[in-house]
Amino acid sequence: MLHIFCPHCGEYREEEEFRCKGQAHIARPLDPEACSDEEWGHFMFFRQNTRGQHRELWVHSTGCRKHFNVIRNTVTYEIEKVYLVGTKPETEGAAS
Amino acid sequence: MSQTNRLSSGGLIDRRKPLSFQYNGKQYQGYEGDTLASALLANGVDIIGRSFKYSRPRGIVAAGAEEPNAVMQIGASEATQIPNVRATQQALYEGLVSSATNGWPNVDFDVMSYVGKIGGKMMPPGFYYKTFMWPQTMWPTYEKYIRKAAGLGRSSTMKDPDQYDTLNHHCDVMIVGAGPTGLAAARAAAATGARVIIADEQEMFGGSLLSSRELINGKPAIDWVRTVVDELSANPDVVMLPRSTVNGYHDHNFVTIHERRADHIGDRAPVGMTRQRMHRVRAHWVVLATGAQERPLVFAHNDVPGVMLASAVTTYIERFGVVPGNELVLMTSNDDAYLTALSWASTGRKVVAVVDSRAKADGDLVKQVIDKGIRVIFGSAVYDVDGGTRVKAARISGLTADGKKLTGKSETLSCDTIASSGGWSPVVHLSCHTGSRPVWDDNIIGFVPGETQQKQLIAGGIRGHYDLLDCLTEGMNCGYVAAERSGYGPVGKRPEYKVARIRRSPAMPLFLVPHLKPISQAPKQFVDLQNDVTSAGIELATREGFESIEHVKRYTAMGFGTDQGKLGNINGMAITAQVLGKSIAETGTTVFRPNYTPITFGAIAGRNCGELFDAKRYSAMQPWHEENGALFEDVGQWKRPWYFPKSGETMQQSLNREVLAVRNSVGILDASTLGKIDIQGKDAREFLARVYTNAWAKLGVGKCRYGLMCKEDGMVFDDGVTSCLAENHFLMTTTTGGAARVLEWLELYHQTEWPELEVYMTSVTDHWATMTISGPNSRKLLAQLTDDIDLDKDTFKFMDWRPGTVAGVPARVFRISFTGELSYEINVSANHGLQVWKKLMEVGKQYDITPYGTETMHVLRAEKGFIIVGQDTDSTLTPYDLGMGWAVAPTKPFSFIGKRGMAREDAVKPNRKQLVGLMAKKPDVVIPEGSQAVANPNQPIPMTMLGHITSSYYSATLGRSIAMGLIRGGLDRMGETVYYPQADGSVIEAEICSPVFYDPKGDRQNV
Repeated sequence: MLHIFCPHCGEYREEEEFRCKGQAHIARPLDPEACSDEEWGHFMFFRQNTRGQHRELWVHSTGCRKHFNVIRNTVTYEIEKVYLVGTKPETEGAAS
Repeated sequence: MSQTNRLSSGGLIDRRKPLSFQYNGKQYQGYEGDTLASALLANGVDIIGRSFKYSRPRGIVAAGAEEPNAVMQIGASEATQIPNVRATQQALYEGLVSSATNGWPNVDFDVMSYVGKIGGKMMPPGFYYKTFMWPQTMWPTYEKYIRKAAGLGRSSTMKDPDQYDTLNHHCDVMIVGAGPTGLAAARAAAATGARVIIADEQEMFGGSLLSSRELINGKPAIDWVRTVVDELSANPDVVMLPRSTVNGYHDHNFVTIHERRADHIGDRAPVGMTRQRMHRVRAHWVVLATGAQERPLVFAHNDVPGVMLASAVTTYIERFGVVPGNELVLMTSNDDAYLTALSWASTGRKVVAVVDSRAKADGDLVKQVIDKGIRVIFGSAVYDVDGGTRVKAARISGLTADGKKLTGKSETLSCDTIASSGGWSPVVHLSCHTGSRPVWDDNIIGFVPGETQQKQLIAGGIRGHYDLLDCLTEGMNCGYVAAERSGYGPVGKRPEYKVARIRRSPAMPLFLVPHLKPISQAPKQFVDLQNDVTSAGIELATREGFESIEHVKRYTAMGFGTDQGKLGNINGMAITAQVLGKSIAETGTTVFRPNYTPITFGAIAGRNCGELFDAKRYSAMQPWHEENGALFEDVGQWKRPWYFPKSGETMQQSLNREVLAVRNSVGILDASTLGKIDIQGKDAREFLARVYTNAWAKLGVGKCRYGLMCKEDGMVFDDGVTSCLAENHFLMTTTTGGAARVLEWLELYHQTEWPELEVYMTSVTDHWATMTISGPNSRKLLAQLTDDIDLDKDTFKFMDWRPGTVAGVPARVFRISFTGELSYEINVSANHGLQVWKKLMEVGKQYDITPYGTETMHVLRAEKGFIIVGQDTDSTLTPYDLGMGWAVAPTKPFSFIGKRGMAREDAVKPNRKQLVGLMAKKPDVVIPEGSQAVANPNQPIPMTMLGHITSSYYSATLGRSIAMGLIRGGLDRMGETVYYPQADGSVIEAEICSPVFYDPKGDRQNV
């Protein structure tokens, strides 16, 4: 069970309080109508299956209900960084 | 039977406290301090089970968690049955009732032995895959017999009378194992002021010191153990957990510990005490001081009762005062096992010989044995055993220096016990749970933990360091380091440990003792006793191409089940390597997973059972519902009235009565459970326009509107009515089950996509009690309970809402309808719910007001063709598929969620499944929900399926059955006939129609 730092609450909490919402930084196209079916399909359904550093969106669902991003290593399960939505810190080797 | 193998003195048992116990229906006696295993051995019980596959008699082999054979069923009554308990880990108590798990119909004689005799040919490795997978239909038959014969233990069929619980901890230093290393670590860490937890699976702390004759600081080791235990007990920052197995080591230093709090006391836990407890520990640092388990040597017939681990024999003698035989042959490849010969000789019983595989050895222990005049035969090995139900003799022969071949003459040594030792295997299991792979170390002839991501330190036996002084020193150092890294210490003066070092001569890497015949033809040489895996089986696996160790494991079942490869895995890997001509390092190891030993379901469930299994949610009117005989339906966590039967009514009669009451007079529904989300902020309206498919720009204060919510793929995922409370204030309702999901969805979009919108959302579901009065008399009823709400049909119109007072209580009244009748949804604060409901019932008596439940609600809404999201939809339907294109406003300026998705090629293609009404040709036939539609019932199977029935009821209003369902291209097929073949071979014929069966123009709700 992961131990996750919620940047909004400022505390480490147990994984049970959180929900993972999948890959982070999937921006909704600003002009959906300009997207082809293929582009829209990519936005909706296509996700990376990263081995190693993975940027993920999490929500503190039974806590403050706020979303935030983490960089989690999918091999070691180490959480290397936690950061706010709307930011995207550089990191060595992160795939996305 | 008397305790023939019990010594008159010595050990840590209390001879003044005899305990009687039952094993396989017979009474025996042991002493306090015994395990079930030591007590059985004291009584001379040789056979404690039959083997899994070959049904061979088996005896106790080990003294700890690694015991493969003595797996017991414990429990004096049906309700207290616990399967899979190792006799070596079960403390003896007065009245304990146990029986062998393996062995049907009994351990001394059983039918499988006949199968077992020919089983070598009949049940080769890969047997499950080869035999049982075909024909598949026979599997249930095979399984029944195999399970019965193999006896995998049995759970109680009754409710467990004991309670179990869970305790969450945080600590600075978690120490696993309370042998010399763990105790030294705990003592050091505790001295810094760090919060320490130390757990050990045994009845008492001390580990190997409990059966040791060594001295620490000049005193017996057990004295040191007692001193440290007293010291730790006095420290309030130390939690000591004996009888507690650390079964799992999970990510981010999360450790799960299974504590058996009362299993040593009796058949049931004492009053006021939980039987077992699961500790969930989040530790800053973990010190693994798990020690090592002895590895047996593999030789022919090494499973005959009387063949034991050398260290286990020592433990039984030194700790329990039990000598498990009369004449010992010790077979070893290392110095440590010589301790066993010394212990045995000290009891006055005979050591026939020590058979050492090494050409020579001159360590301290070897010298002591030789000095005692015990015969030591170097450069030799036990390669076979005589005896069926008990060892009768050991066959020994010279061994080449590389251990690969026998050489010289054979000799037969008469004996009844063979103790064997192939060296030590560090207990690396926990270190593997978090994904670390163990690494082979040639120096210690064993695997040690590999690199890890965890904040973990290892000390003592787990590193392959077995000298007592090394264990104490390393343990102490790790204790300090772990504490310091957690922010404590350093301390000034460290304790000093003085222990005489034992000089050991080098051990020899030996795993499989060769036989006179090649592996495939030699008598069975058991590698994994619990799963009956032999060296020949491993060789066969590799011969058939299963060369990866993971494949060998699965093919042979080595290390499966409750055993988890404690005793046999390393030997199995070594034999695999040998057969493949590789090194052990190259062959590698399989990984170990949680749990280390079996855990009861009780401990896993803790208090999360019965009433506490899941939260139950009730509306404010629950007491009234119960008093008035409602039957309840689970909707999410909510308990909702299903219908209110009167005495003598069938369910259908109740539904008919409730439906007709609504259509003809007035009914009342508890709608409190609908999700309610309060939405405020200057951009609330814009936000609604983006998440709903329809328009919200012009919805005025006091107005309500129905909306559909889609996901980005254009498929409907929730619906409900949203009301404009004030210019920047809305109340959204969601489906009962979807409330939390919808709120999280809204937050997701607000927080990640549109943070610039000023909008705030909060759940108010529980704040309001909601009661819907529905039917032609609802206005008259409401009028009698309010004097400040104008109910005139032209001022308070359909889809309006008004604030005011109802039954003397502040209320919001919404004129919305899920029945198609004139309806008012009255919302009052939850605290007032019951009182207002009762008032409505009282005043409504003159209209014969009828409470109705969810089932009646479903019938009423189906008569009107109103959908239920999740019943009539399944995430594959756009609003257009539902015939609800009217709820989509494609011209809205912002591209709302779902708009692009529902315009995809696939979402607009012709012949999609669409929601339609269906009328069975026979009006009294209710088509079962889930029935599949076909165009031609005579088409050969598999038929072309057109869709399925989603909702189906008998409508009392219409006096016939009605149904809703999906049909390919259904909206363009009105009037056509489809067929619903049933499981019993019958076919129901139905006509496609509009799903609005009743009052299609909506006259009744607009009165």
